[in-house]
Amino acid sequence: MNEEQIKLAATAANLWFGRKQVLKNVSVAFPKNKITALIGPSGCGKSTLLRCFNRMHDLSNDVTIEGKFLLEGEDLYKGSLSATEVRRRIGMVFQQANPFPKSIYENINYGLKINDIPKEERQEIIEHALKESYIWDEVKDDLQKPATRLSGGQQQRLCIARAVALRPEVILMDEPCSALDPISTSKIEELILKLKKDYTIVIVTHNMQQAQRVADQTVFMYLGEIIEAGDTSQIFDEPGMELTKNYVQGHFG
Amino acid sequence: MNKKITAIIEWGTLLVSTGLVCFFLIAILWDLISKGAPSLSWQFISTSPTNGMTKGGILPAIIGTILLTLITALVAAPFGICCAIYLNEYAVDNWLTRIIRASIRNLAGVPSIIYGLFGLALFVQGLQMGTSLLAAGLTLGLLSLPYIIITTEEALRRIPNRMREAALAVGATKFESIRDVVLPSAIPGMLTGLVLTLSRAAGETAPILFTGVAFYINKPAGYLNQEFMALPYHLYMLSTQHQAIEQVRPLAYGTALVLIIVVFLLNLSAFYIRYQHSKHE
Repeated sequence: MNEEQIKLAATAANLWFGRKQVLKNVSVAFPKNKITALIGPSGCGKSTLLRCFNRMHDLSNDVTIEGKFLLEGEDLYKGSLSATEVRRRIGMVFQQANPFPKSIYENINYGLKINDIPKEERQEIIEHALKESYIWDEVKDDLQKPATRLSGGQQQRLCIARAVALRPEVILMDEPCSALDPISTSKIEELILKLKKDYTIVIVTHNMQQAQRVADQTVFMYLGEIIEAGDTSQIFDEPGMELTKNYVQGHFG
Repeated sequence: MNKKITAIIEWGTLLVSTGLVCFFLIAILWDLISKGAPSLSWQFISTSPTNGMTKGGILPAIIGTILLTLITALVAAPFGICCAIYLNEYAVDNWLTRIIRASIRNLAGVPSIIYGLFGLALFVQGLQMGTSLLAAGLTLGLLSLPYIIITTEEALRRIPNRMREAALAVGATKFESIRDVVLPSAIPGMLTGLVLTLSRAAGETAPILFTGVAFYINKPAGYLNQEFMALPYHLYMLSTQHQAIEQVRPLAYGTALVLIIVVFLLNLSAFYIRYQHSKHE
C-alpha cells in the first residue's frame, strides 16, 4: 500500500459504546481512487469504523472515540474541519436506501441547496449526478415523482446520486446491496466500479463474492480489531492468518 | 373443531365490541341531531341571546369558543412543539430528562379543574389579568401543553433515524436535518395530536369557569381583557342552571350540536392539511 497515495486513514483508533469497547487499536489506510472492502462477521465493528470517518457517531451521546482519523493528512475531528464539512467531503450510502420523502429532483437538490451551490448550476449537477449513477434513463421523464415510489435498487442508486452530486472525495458504503435483489446488486456493483476513477470508495460488505468482484484492497476485521489487510486477491487466495482463511472460506461468519 | 370454535368466539367478541362502540357513537349523534337540529337556524348562530336566554342565538358563545381555542393553540402549539423537539432530538437521556418526561406525563393526568384553580391564582390574580378571555386562553394553553408535547414527541419518534442520517450525510447541520426532513415527515402525526388536544380544550368547562367565562355578556364578544361566553359553559348553564329548563332544552341541544360542528370543522381542516401533505410525498 505504500507506493499509493493514501486518501483516508485511521491510526490507533479506539471506540467505546458506553463501557463496551467496539474498536481496538485500529489502524487502517485507504488508497486514493481505489475500492477497499471491509469484511468480517456481524458485530466486528466494520460499520462502526466506517461511521467514524464521516462523524456519524457525533449523534450518539455515549460514544467515546480515541485516535486519529485523517483525510489527506487533515484531522477529521480535532482540526479546523466542521462535522458538516467532513460529511460534505466524505459522502455516505447507507445499508437501507434512505431517500428523503420528497421528489427525485428534490432529493439531490437538497444537498446542493444546503451547501450553498448557486441555483443556476443545480439543474446541470442534478442531471449529471443522475447520469453518473446510471439512473437517469429510468427517471428522466418524471423527476417530480416521489422518490419513495422507486424500486429498492433505484432508490439506492438515487442515494448514490445524492452523494456524488456533492463531489465528495470519498464515498463510504455501508452494505449498500444487502437489501437488494441480485439484478439491482449487479447494477450497483457496476456503478461502484465506474465511480472508482473519480472517488475513493470504502465499502462494508457481508458478501465475499461482492468483495472479490469490486474491491482492490480488503480489510478483514474480527471482534473490533483488524486482523489482516491487503490486496483482495491476497486476502482471499493466500491469507496470512488462520482466522482470515477460515472466514473467507466460510467456516464461520 | 375446537380451534374453529375459539376462532368464532374471538371474532365474535371483537365484532360485538366494535358494534357496541359504534352503537353508542351513533346514538349520541342521533340524539344530538334529532333534538338540536330544529333549533339550528341562521338566526341561532348569528345573533345574541335575548329574553333571558329563552330566545335569540348563541353568536357570542361561538365567537368566544373559537377565539379561546385560537389563543390556546397560539400558546400551546409553539411551546409544546419546541419542547418536544428539544426532548426528542437534542436532550441527552439521563435522570433529569426522565424526570421531565415523567412530569409531563403526570401533568397530562391532572384534573382540568386544578388547572382552572391554577389559572385563577396565576393569570387572574397574580398577573392581574382579571377574569378575561386571555386568562382563560392561557389556562387552557397550559392544560393543552402536556398533550401537545406527548403527541409531538410520539410523532417525532416515529421518524426513523436513517432519515436524520440521510440529511446529515449530505452536510446538513442537526438543525437543518430537523427543519427540512424530520419535521415535514412528522407533520401529519403532530397535526393529529394538535387537533385532538384542541378539540378537547374547546369542550372544556372547568378551567374557564374561574378564569373568565360568563353566562351572559351584553357587550360585543372578542375582547381579550373581558369576560366572554363559551359554548360548553353555555350548554352547562342552559341544561342545569336556568330557571326555565324545559323551555331552553332545545336551545341547549342546539348549542351542543354547534359545539360538535365546531370541533368537527377543526378535525376536517386537519384532515385536509394531512391530505395535501400526503399528495406531495
